[in-house]
Amino acid sequence: MAEAKLAERPVAAAGAEVLTVNDLQAWYGESHILHGINFNVKAGEVVTLLGRNGAGKTTTLKSIMGVINKRSGSIRFDNKEIIRATSDRIARLGIAFCPEERGIFSSLDVRENLMLPPVVRPGGLPLDQIFTLFPNLKERLTSQGTKLSGGEQQMLAIARILRTGARFLMLDEPTEGLAPVIIQQIGHTIARLKSQGFTILLVEQNFRFASTVADRYYIVEHGKVIDGFANSELSANMDKLHTYLGV
Amino acid sequence: MQALYAQLLVGLINGSFYALLSLGLAVIFGMLNIINFAHGALYMMGAFVAYFLLNLGGINYWWALLIAPVIVGIFGMILERTMLQWLAGLDHLYGLLLTFGIALIVQGVFQNYFGSSGLPYSIPDQLKGGVNLGFMFLPIYRGWVVIFSLVVCLATWFLIEKTQLGAYLRAATENPTLVRAFGINVPRMITLTYGLGVGLAALAGVLSAPINQVRPLMGADLIIVVFAVVVIGGMGSIMGSIITGFALGVIEGLTKYFYPEASNTVVFVLMVVVLLVKPTGLTGRAA
Repeated sequence: MAEAKLAERPVAAAGAEVLTVNDLQAWYGESHILHGINFNVKAGEVVTLLGRNGAGKTTTLKSIMGVINKRSGSIRFDNKEIIRATSDRIARLGIAFCPEERGIFSSLDVRENLMLPPVVRPGGLPLDQIFTLFPNLKERLTSQGTKLSGGEQQMLAIARILRTGARFLMLDEPTEGLAPVIIQQIGHTIARLKSQGFTILLVEQNFRFASTVADRYYIVEHGKVIDGFANSELSANMDKLHTYLGV
Repeated sequence: MQALYAQLLVGLINGSFYALLSLGLAVIFGMLNIINFAHGALYMMGAFVAYFLLNLGGINYWWALLIAPVIVGIFGMILERTMLQWLAGLDHLYGLLLTFGIALIVQGVFQNYFGSSGLPYSIPDQLKGGVNLGFMFLPIYRGWVVIFSLVVCLATWFLIEKTQLGAYLRAATENPTLVRAFGINVPRMITLTYGLGVGLAALAGVLSAPINQVRPLMGADLIIVVFAVVVIGGMGSIMGSIITGFALGVIEGLTKYFYPEASNTVVFVLMVVVLLVKPTGLTGRAA
């Protein structure tokens, strides 16, 4: 029933570009972090940004979200230019963000954390579907948000943005510091969201995990995108990738 | 015994004002990270607005309870939009100095036009007189102030701790950037929060007008004690500031009965003790 509702939603035709980033530059105070990022994400894709620590992957996500004030270039989402928009407005256009540090609020219980992000458009996942994806959360609704385990906090951080109706999700290192069994659960979740038509922009250090879910990869280095390829070209690019990532 | 009850009542009334004011300070500090030294002046403005409403517009006390907090709240929101918002992210000292300056200006303007003596504001007819409780005589207006303040404090607590709006507020106190990235207009929420805190101060001003008269310096006298209350209770906690407000009013009242010489200093002595033993305050979270 809920899936049928999701299918009726007016989404961009499969394959159309929903996000186009052009010559994105960003600064933290005086330090110039992004030096011209170019990439795009098409509707229904899972795209992964790979790169070493400090390459600018997180900054790219934060710039798209409008959290970093000093930025230039062009970010087009759903054919709207958002380079100058404030982050609350960007969220209302249908981009949802799950930050690396997860951002669970300690002064809110689990239910309040889950219900916190406002619904920005109809068609978000109903609570019963969220609890099917993350059964642990249902049992801990009255716990303080930060009393959850790391894995549960990550699930909560993903779960709360699924409610909002945003169809474009940005997940920053969702597997960082988690046990393999939980990483697997998050992998299943991402696959399931993709099958429901969500578009996902992922930042990952865990390349093995990324390879189980991603359609395409971009390599970020020194604040620039230096390469990109599809998952089907992965084995042909393995050597290059090892060089890029230094693994 | 009669005298003891009378002092307890006075203590409860002062406690009502302490609670309303420190509650507003706590809410403002949580969201804006500003120690709002203008709070006393805004409390005074609440009383003056009630006075103007009655004497210039013939608008009675009951309407003043509603209108004065709104008018002063709007004045506060203008202050926030035009001045306080530029201090976001700076040291507390800047906000404290700016609001202290605003307080001096506002009080100076009122003193210029109204001098330092009190203007009368009479108790509304419905609340005149008193009842004999057997063990003491209770002026109805005073009982009303205590109960109404308690209701307003608890309603504010409920709003912040138990509603979705309050969840936004608490979350934005912790991590405004992320809350904004969820689609909430945090700057507007900050302005409204300042308006709410200021409105509570103005409400206390209206409540106090029939008891303490309307004077330009009424807030300046009170705010020093209120800051001591806030230090004792701890800045971060809503319920903490309500309980500490009432409790310190009562402690002051009891001191007036048992050892009157110390009644004006007991709050400050407690403040010193709390600062030495638990610098974050009784209910405060570490900053």
